Amino acid sequence: MPATTHRVSGGLLDPRQLVTSFPAALRKLDPRLMVHNPVMFVVEVGAVLTTLSAVKDPGVFPWVITVWLWLTSVFANLSEAVAEGRGKAQAETLRRTRTRTTARRLTGWRPGAGPGDEEEVPAAQLRLGDHVVVEAGQIIPGDGDVVEGLASVDESAITGESAPVIRESGGDRSAVTGGTTVLSDRIIVKITSRPGETFIDRMIALVEGAARQKTPNEIALNILLASLTIIFLVAVVTLQPFAIFAGAEQSIVILVALVVALIPTTIGALLSAIGIAGMDRLVQRNVLAMSGRAVEAAGDVNTLLLDKTGTITLGNRQAAEFLPVDGVGADELADAAQLSSLADETPEGRSVVVLAKQRHALRARGEGELEHATFVPFTAQTRMSGVDIDGRRIRKGAAGAVTAWVTEGGGAAGEEVGRITERISAGGGTPLVVAVQDRQGARVLGVIHLKDVIKEGIRDRFEELRRMGIRTVMITGDNPLTARAIAEEAGVDDFLAEATPEDKMALIKREQAGGKLVAMTGDGTNDAPALAQADVGVAMNTGTSAAKEAGNMVDLDSNPTKLIEIVEIGKQLLITRGALTTFSIANDVAKYFAIIPAMFAAAYPGLDKLNIMRLHSPASAVSSAIIFNALIIVALIPLALRGVRYRPSSAAALLSRNIWVYGLGGLVLPFLGIKLIDLLVQLVPGLH
Amino acid sequence: MNDTLAGWLQILALAGALALTHRPLGDHLAHCLTNSRHLRPERLVYRAGGVNAGTDQTWAVYLRAMLAFSLVSVLFLYAFLRLQNQLPLSLGTRPMPPDQAFDTAASFVTNTNWQSYSGESALGHLVQMAGLAVQNFVSAAVGIAIVATLIRGFTRQRTDRVGNFWVDLTRITLRVLLPLAFVFAMVLVAAGVIQNFHGAHSVTTIAGQHQSITGGPVASQEAIKELGTNGGGFYNANSAHPLENPTGFTNLAEIYLMLVIPFSLPRTFGTMTGDRRQGHALLAVMALIWAASVAVATANELHSVSSPAGHAAGGMLEGKEQRFGIWGSVLFAVSTTLTSCGAVNSAHDSFSPGGGGLLIFNMMLGEIAPGGTGSGLYGILVLAVVAVFVAGLMVGRTPEYLGKKLGSREMKFASLYILTTPALVLAGSGIAMALPGQRAAMANPGPHGFSEVLYAFTSAANNNGSAFAGLSANTVWYNTALGLVMIFGRFLPMVFVLALAGSLARQRPVPVTAGTLPTHRPQFVGLLTGVILIVVGLTFFPALALGPLAEGLH
Repeated sequence: MPATTHRVSGGLLDPRQLVTSFPAALRKLDPRLMVHNPVMFVVEVGAVLTTLSAVKDPGVFPWVITVWLWLTSVFANLSEAVAEGRGKAQAETLRRTRTRTTARRLTGWRPGAGPGDEEEVPAAQLRLGDHVVVEAGQIIPGDGDVVEGLASVDESAITGESAPVIRESGGDRSAVTGGTTVLSDRIIVKITSRPGETFIDRMIALVEGAARQKTPNEIALNILLASLTIIFLVAVVTLQPFAIFAGAEQSIVILVALVVALIPTTIGALLSAIGIAGMDRLVQRNVLAMSGRAVEAAGDVNTLLLDKTGTITLGNRQAAEFLPVDGVGADELADAAQLSSLADETPEGRSVVVLAKQRHALRARGEGELEHATFVPFTAQTRMSGVDIDGRRIRKGAAGAVTAWVTEGGGAAGEEVGRITERISAGGGTPLVVAVQDRQGARVLGVIHLKDVIKEGIRDRFEELRRMGIRTVMITGDNPLTARAIAEEAGVDDFLAEATPEDKMALIKREQAGGKLVAMTGDGTNDAPALAQADVGVAMNTGTSAAKEAGNMVDLDSNPTKLIEIVEIGKQLLITRGALTTFSIANDVAKYFAIIPAMFAAAYPGLDKLNIMRLHSPASAVSSAIIFNALIIVALIPLALRGVRYRPSSAAALLSRNIWVYGLGGLVLPFLGIKLIDLLVQLVPGLH
Repeated sequence: MNDTLAGWLQILALAGALALTHRPLGDHLAHCLTNSRHLRPERLVYRAGGVNAGTDQTWAVYLRAMLAFSLVSVLFLYAFLRLQNQLPLSLGTRPMPPDQAFDTAASFVTNTNWQSYSGESALGHLVQMAGLAVQNFVSAAVGIAIVATLIRGFTRQRTDRVGNFWVDLTRITLRVLLPLAFVFAMVLVAAGVIQNFHGAHSVTTIAGQHQSITGGPVASQEAIKELGTNGGGFYNANSAHPLENPTGFTNLAEIYLMLVIPFSLPRTFGTMTGDRRQGHALLAVMALIWAASVAVATANELHSVSSPAGHAAGGMLEGKEQRFGIWGSVLFAVSTTLTSCGAVNSAHDSFSPGGGGLLIFNMMLGEIAPGGTGSGLYGILVLAVVAVFVAGLMVGRTPEYLGKKLGSREMKFASLYILTTPALVLAGSGIAMALPGQRAAMANPGPHGFSEVLYAFTSAANNNGSAFAGLSANTVWYNTALGLVMIFGRFLPMVFVLALAGSLARQRPVPVTAGTLPTHRPQFVGLLTGVILIVVGLTFFPALALGPLAEGLH
């Protein structure tokens, strides 16, 4: 396994991709494939007609039109081929990991019954429920759950992240993915997917676009585009009898050119690339969407359910201040707090040591420096930790446990301690009481204020979401008091405290009953029903296979904040479609002003007034319109792949901006473009 | 008072009257379409017809009821016209020829009122009253019934029921059309429109010649002809005839009548959806297009004069009645082509190329500003669906209008709707122009002759019914072709609207958030107007280029 996996770089289009995708684009000219895209199928049929016409009745003009009509078809296919090509590179690396692994299957293995018989079989022969053993250096043969042991696993094959992760039996970190490598130790894995349906297989299909189906919105847009195409076909076909009556019968070449210029080729050509690129943008952010439908749904989400820990707050609470009781110095409390935390390897414990060092210049003493020190570790029963040193017993822990310990030692906690701890709780913090028992008896020194640290910038993020019309709900296991305080500080719209999986499920159903679309993240097996119920369920890759199965997206980085990005990508996908449709239709105005006078100015000289671009000749005018029509497709491929710029704002503001840029731009740009092309093509002999 | 001042006062009076009445009428319509109580006369109708008025129908059943009713109407009217010589009050008229009878029956049942006959010489009083006038009422009611189902599609949720056709039809006729038509028939009689059962009078003109003038129940027919945006005149000269439209006042009253229901329906929409602002936005689009059209057409008729006689008259007065002048004629012509009414008080054929082209363009808009009774609102709603779809994408959500998602099903029906009428107009005109025999029916050569054919098919497909004149349309071919175009142009869109309504009613609404495209602001008004103009403009630009543009640009 290479330590670093090649990943497709985001966004920009490498011009070389246009060249390398060219053969694929030519292959896609097969009419059986083209017919799925009605707009471009009409272009291809038109190209065949002009080719026949040009062969029968050769000339510079028919051939120019013919060549550019074929190019229009090729450019459309090229956009799709380029979009697909970007996924192919990634699929290639994935495929390499899916080597012909052999699996060490255990027959008759039962939990706790010791190793059974072992046999070597090809990974492809593994069945659901088989148990396999994997040791350091071996590749895990299939998706499954660890049922025995603990191991560090290199998952860079799928995540691109080279730091190893821990996988262990039981709990929410038991899922392993086929194709990843065990770095240390030995695990027994129960296989949970059939060969050919593993996570990597699905990933390959997704990034290659093989499993791509048209999404609901894409189908709806296709229907609209097809009907516009029919309207323009009718308009042009019926134009011939009108033209004959006017004494200006038109050639097949001109009529085909007019049809192609009018039908929405720009969006027709780019529509499928936009969809593939949308999925690709997710893949670049290490998110796998199991269907394009889910990406579209992400754009529509009304309510985001966000786990507090990891999304809104940093993973752990941190010591924020020392609050001594009356008669105790702050330094004395800090010293005691630090001593009692030296052996505490939890992030909270480490943060106490750090705070004492920063605020009170107390150097963290190494455990070895203290003689006669006996460290008391934290246990779930005592709910406190501490140290016995030089006849002093220092304890730090939950308020109830420590005050009970003080009372037991003959001391009294006093009302003041209660007041301080209540104030901290009310503010959303967690109080840790520090007490000492020495010659003066047992007494409380003070309280450590542990605080949830809200992620930087998260408040602004929620503000943006609100402007987009999305409601955020924080999900936490904290009590309502704490939850409210954090919710207020983070700026979420609502919170669900002491949340159980059932509560989550009920909340989702309630929102959905009101017609809202809900997105959430989850990792545990008990999240699975809620993930399945949510319209967009993003499972963390570290989660259980049940969770990954239930969600319709998997985040390989297991970063819950990404839900917000997913929503933005969904919106961007739809906006790109809408913007290019508008652009495509607006383009037609200029094309009419180029082609109609070219067709009829000879019969009705007054119509030459419509030639407001003052194009050189009828032949150059029609050629310029067709060439512009083809080139604009290539010019917009980068935009289709990147997606239009999206900045979170209200619907009205977004619409205004996009109408100005793509509506007005679509109206004006072709006038300039066609005029420029005309200045060039009029130099071609035979076009003037 | 000069013409300009009089013209402006007419427009202001008209706008003022519409502004005053659109609210109560719109709310009254909403009440009729939502209220659950049946009136005594209505219950009698239901009992007579064996209608179960208590249950709502699915869109498919509603459609079947509507189509069955319309089919029976066509057959009845056809038989009536073919047998009229055997009936009382026939005034000695002969039976109508089969092709013309088909054309006329299709025309009146589809709310088009295209007339290839001359009313005073071809029809007796009974056919006019019991045949045509009845259709004037019920065809208008059918239009309103169909838009009612579409509105219910937006307001109802998770149901397959869109209303009861028989109840809608009966209520709209009895509670809205009949009372209003009665009142305005009285007003018209008071203002000089005739109402009698006389046959032909022979009068001696000033020049000493004899002229035969037929009397009849004109005022009663005139009121519903305008109110139901039907447009079929008692006389061949339609509202240019002094017995149908004697004065400037009756002219203004008739314009008001054709506009009042279409301009009130957005209010009905706003009231029924519970968000009046949505109605205001649609009303604004309608009013904007109407006002712009009046302005451009008036300017064209006043200023694009080429002949010395025209300069002397101060505008394009050929084919316009002196008692209405340019302003009164243009106001009528624009309103009649934008409402699918099709009554005329001037010869549209004689308008300036720009003015006449605009009248064709008005109809090409699909009769949506404000459009026919009912058909105007459902037309603009379907266009709003298309506009919302594209604009909705641009705000990054799968599009929704009034909380209902616009998915592939909804877009299929909306697309078919916007496809139908242009296809009928263009295919009809294309075939007519490709057949040398039919081209001969034109009165003029060159682009103007083509405009006559284009106008005829545009008028028929959009169920307008006005004629550019000039075209000799009473041939077997034109009677048949235009009859078919009218039927397809009326009922195919209705099928799609009903299917759309059914599809919308099934949905659960999506809540409105800051991320929802607002459809009540000036932004949306501008967007919808732009979409309408661009889509229609792009569809018909080549045809218009060879007709009015070729004629008008020199």
